[in-house]
Amino acid sequence: MLKGMLEGRGRIWWAAAIILMFLLPFILPRFYLYLLSIILLTGLLATSLNLVLGYGGIFQFHHAVFYGAGAYGTALILTRTGLSPWISFIVGPLVSAALGLIIGWVCIRLSKLYFAMLQISLGSLVWIIVYRWYSFTGGDDGIHGIPLPDILSSSNNAYYFTLAVTLICLFAMHKIVRSPFGSALQGIRDNPVRCEMIGINVKRHQLLALMIAGFFAGVAGSLFVVVDNTVFPDMLFWTLSLEICIMCLLGGWFTFLGPMLGAAIIIALRTFVSTYTTYWALVLGILMALVIFFLPNGVLGYVEEKIKKGFIEPVIKE
Amino acid sequence: MLEVKSLSKSFDGFKAVNNANLDVQKGEIVAVIGPNGAGKTTLFNLITGILRPDSGTVHFKGENITGLPPYKVCRKRISRSFQVVNIFPRLTVFENVQVSILSREKKTWNLFTPSSKLVTDETSQILENVGLVEKRDRTTALLSHGDRKVLEIAMALGGDPEFLILDEPTAGMAPEETARCIELVKSLSGKLGLTILFCEHDMEIVFGIADRIMVMVRGATIVQGSCDEVRCNEAVQDAYLGGSDVCLM
Ligand SMILES: Nc1ncnc2c1ncn2[C@@H]1O[C@H](COP(=O)(O)OP(=O)(O)OP(=O)(O)O)[C@@H](O)[C@H]1O
Ligand SMILES: [Mg+2]
Repeated sequence: MLKGMLEGRGRIWWAAAIILMFLLPFILPRFYLYLLSIILLTGLLATSLNLVLGYGGIFQFHHAVFYGAGAYGTALILTRTGLSPWISFIVGPLVSAALGLIIGWVCIRLSKLYFAMLQISLGSLVWIIVYRWYSFTGGDDGIHGIPLPDILSSSNNAYYFTLAVTLICLFAMHKIVRSPFGSALQGIRDNPVRCEMIGINVKRHQLLALMIAGFFAGVAGSLFVVVDNTVFPDMLFWTLSLEICIMCLLGGWFTFLGPMLGAAIIIALRTFVSTYTTYWALVLGILMALVIFFLPNGVLGYVEEKIKKGFIEPVIKE
Repeated sequence: MLEVKSLSKSFDGFKAVNNANLDVQKGEIVAVIGPNGAGKTTLFNLITGILRPDSGTVHFKGENITGLPPYKVCRKRISRSFQVVNIFPRLTVFENVQVSILSREKKTWNLFTPSSKLVTDETSQILENVGLVEKRDRTTALLSHGDRKVLEIAMALGGDPEFLILDEPTAGMAPEETARCIELVKSLSGKLGLTILFCEHDMEIVFGIADRIMVMVRGATIVQGSCDEVRCNEAVQDAYLGGSDVCLM
């Protein structure tokens, strides 16, 4: 579907949507701009998870660790060193990619559910370290008022920066999904034994995928520093991981843009619901149950199915 | 070309393959036959590295390949198809074969060229050869069983093998599909000069296309020889037909 959307008329719609996104700061009040930035970077985070979850079939249930690692990497360089702030935006994601490689290397020898369990444990270990190491990470207080380069300090510019980086990252990930590596990854998701038998070194491909996913999660973390000027240990807590998994499922984990849509729905809903009730977790749980029962392929997966059906039927009738 | 010597493998003490011996010369078609549960599939799994043998050796073109992981075995130009259909259900027919070719050409580390621009001619060629070209854009979950079995073979061909292992290629096929499949196997041997090792329950097919036959019973090789030698071998009749006097077929 995405292919069709990127050609011909679809391309015009995309261009229009992106231009509109760039014009929004002139219309939207500051709070909504902030919310939109958070949606964008969380969508980026969910998309990076989906690279390994939906496309790779790897049960990376604790993905938020890489988001937090990227954010802390960036924040620590910004607050504790005199290095150029731009370097910090690269170091953050690289820290996440390295962590993705290490945790992935330890876990990848286990299959499916065991991978998930060990990955959650190791991720929680990282969380504990960040949470307890007051002198270095600021412990449970986190780090506040992180100094940013002047050009990013206005909320409009922070939004523009987030939007541009998110678009670039989505573009890059889309390329990766369509590349031979992406094909191999989807093959591994569908049938690892067969992949080995056609000559693919499954574990190495999975490791690279985990590194790439870690990297983009780290980018999302760095963007959070730009938008919010803070980092805190909850960014690595497993409940956030659960939430981004739900975003992928809700939006459609076999579609490229599903996780972004899922992020938009969940964050908008959370903002809305929490002004009325404190039972956000309950709402989330009910929502999840409904999705699993009624939209097993997610919202975008459902839409795609409908489009495909409407598209195929006339062809068959001819 | 392929030499298997006293290969054994047990599962929890049950000897699935117990002293199997096999040799296949270049250009031959060799069949492995044996009753259900004789260990044929397990033998193929041992040769291709999906399982590690407890003892014994596998040599391919003089090189010891015992216990190599499947992806390394594949790079020696050994490909196989599976008895139970083993394909990528969420990909299209075309993509299934394409991945196999991309892998052989070591292109799967390429992150930025669209797959849709790579190895398309070769993929189409293979689909043409096996007769799946009209169904190229279908998701494989929607294929008939017979077509999936053929796709199995097409994926194996994507590895441009010298040695092809087919595990019951015609199992579950309708008669006319079976006939087409047999023609395909014959042409792979004839036109492309592939060396083929296969197993099959249908004796008519076995005697129709095999140059030589290896008989397995309860994990052990009873005999390997030409069709005639096997047909009237007493041990084979004892084990395989419960001791009847007639020759097989
Ligand atoms: N992974 C496994 N774990 C335990 N037992 C196994 C395993 N694989 C095969 N077996 C057993 O080993 C024996 C040989 O199985 P195998 O599949 O090799 O037989 P086969 O000759 O291919 O039979 P068929 O003609 O039915 O395909 C069977 O009794 C089977 O139950
Ligand atoms: Mg079998």
